[in-house]
Amino acid sequence: MRTLNFLTAAAVVLLSACSQQGPGDTSPAAAATAGGNAASGTPVIGLALSTQNNPFFVELKDGAQKAAKDAGVRLVVVDAQDDPARQISSVEDLIQKRVSVILLNPTDSSALAGAVQSAQRANIPVVTLDRGVDGAEVASHIASDNVAGGKMAADYLDKALGGKGNIIELQGVAGTSASRERGQGFDDAVAATGMKIVAKQPANFDRAQGLSVSENLLQGHADVQAIFAQNDEMALGAVQALTGKNKKVLVVGFDGTPDGKAAVQNGSMAATVAQQPEEIGRLGVETAKKLIDKQPVEKSIAVPLKLLTKE
Amino acid sequence: MTRVNWNRVAPLLQRLGSVIGLLLLFIVLSVLSPDFLSASNLLSVLRQISVNALIAFGMTFVILAGGIDLSVGAILAFTGAITGGLLAAGHGVTVAVGAGLGLGLLLGMVNGVLVSWGRVAPFIATLGTLTLLRGLTLVYTQGTPIAAPNQGFALLGKGYLFHLVPLPVVLMFAAFGVCGFLLRGTVFGRHVMAIGGNEEAARLSGVRIAPMKLAIYGLSGLLSAFAGIVLTSRLDSAQPTAGVGYELDAIAAVVLGGTSLSGGRGWLFGTLVGALLIGFLNNGLNLLGVSSFYQQVVKGIVILIAVLLDRRK
Repeated sequence: MRTLNFLTAAAVVLLSACSQQGPGDTSPAAAATAGGNAASGTPVIGLALSTQNNPFFVELKDGAQKAAKDAGVRLVVVDAQDDPARQISSVEDLIQKRVSVILLNPTDSSALAGAVQSAQRANIPVVTLDRGVDGAEVASHIASDNVAGGKMAADYLDKALGGKGNIIELQGVAGTSASRERGQGFDDAVAATGMKIVAKQPANFDRAQGLSVSENLLQGHADVQAIFAQNDEMALGAVQALTGKNKKVLVVGFDGTPDGKAAVQNGSMAATVAQQPEEIGRLGVETAKKLIDKQPVEKSIAVPLKLLTKE
Repeated sequence: MTRVNWNRVAPLLQRLGSVIGLLLLFIVLSVLSPDFLSASNLLSVLRQISVNALIAFGMTFVILAGGIDLSVGAILAFTGAITGGLLAAGHGVTVAVGAGLGLGLLLGMVNGVLVSWGRVAPFIATLGTLTLLRGLTLVYTQGTPIAAPNQGFALLGKGYLFHLVPLPVVLMFAAFGVCGFLLRGTVFGRHVMAIGGNEEAARLSGVRIAPMKLAIYGLSGLLSAFAGIVLTSRLDSAQPTAGVGYELDAIAAVVLGGTSLSGGRGWLFGTLVGALLIGFLNNGLNLLGVSSFYQQVVKGIVILIAVLLDRRK
């Protein structure tokens, strides 16, 4: 009984000693010296990538490295291999290294808030690339201009179809910013033309679902001249749904993945709105440089997209 | 001039090898990186290894008993998801954490049943539960992270004791103390060693093999769930693909620590040293700005050296 009482008391004491405040939180003087690498010689920028197993992020890294060379800064790249826990650890390592700015390409928008806050406590500004972070403020967010990309796809179809025609739209995962923004840009632009969206359904950015949803929609809407898919995977599914049907339907995808680009080259897809990961990396480093030089930066930077057709 | 007697030196070298390796790594990194040897970096590394160490402590028991548990990462993900789900549904921390730990124990015991009464090779049995639990986690989470917003829960992974020591580090050392006592100070621990040394001999001398295996795999499941809960707290969310490949990191920590993969010989302190080796290696290479591709190469070489030392006995 005595031991139990002691253990309970010890537990209570320990619990009351717990807090979410770590060392350094209480001493702003220590924090002020952080990020001090900027003062001594070449500034160091940390780039925390979600993965290097995806050509998109490898291109992003290449763009950042090139820009860092041009700007005369050192870039340290850490890779999370798509594991948010590993990414938190590597961001912490960058904080320990006292880099001047952290460019963060989060593995997941819900998991990295704590790491961003740790960086801010150490006076290191964070810039998110491609994906944002929920629950933490960042100095700047750099991502593709999805609204403009949606408009680009609509403008292309407007020209190709001569201003009128029926369109089916395949939507991405409901509620994601990519799906919302691409759809908004496309729908608004189509509304201003003589074209008409006759059906709109989610296929969750998935190729197999793109196939089955397209098959169903084509059953119900025989008179269709174009399909706009909010990513290349769904567009490739739609292409499969169209094989065997001997009529010309223009399929436009989004992202410019290797598969998507190949499909545009061989003519099975009419066009894809390609992202420019290299540009995202380049702008990331340039924004970081501005932060180091204490210049103002925009809270949100939209990277233009590029329409790819066969020509 | 007498020749070195490997039969005598190897076990000693193997035991102390990990400690010597850790010290060497420590010295090299301190020289190479000015940011390495600071209290905040060392504490940060301790926090980084806490999840791996918790799993590896359980794995030590399994490997000492001559088995292997490949399902630890999947148990971590599933119990983390359930805990996160309960918190998101508005349940209290005690309920959510209790349910997660209980579930981990249960899932580990399922492994134990498959291995002992089902007579399935541990490698195959836990490969099966690994796949099953990965699937169930995806089904339960629908493939999207579950946010677990709860102030009290957030302390487990992100809190500090006395504003200094990260709580995951405290929890890791507490688990180390308990597990160390279980292994060295109880009949249970002696039986674990006996089974790993020679299962038939252990059975003949009165060790009840089946219940022991149930307990050993149960302990591994429990510690994996514990790690999953700490990780969920640290990430503010339960990730559907959390802990992929963690079984290999845990096995690596155990092997690096000098515990024999054939069972029966090893120590828990070595596992802690092994986890530290991996942690400091990752941290040091990050501080030095070494590409993550080379980091894997280096880690692989270190593991191979440890395994070669293991073969020298």
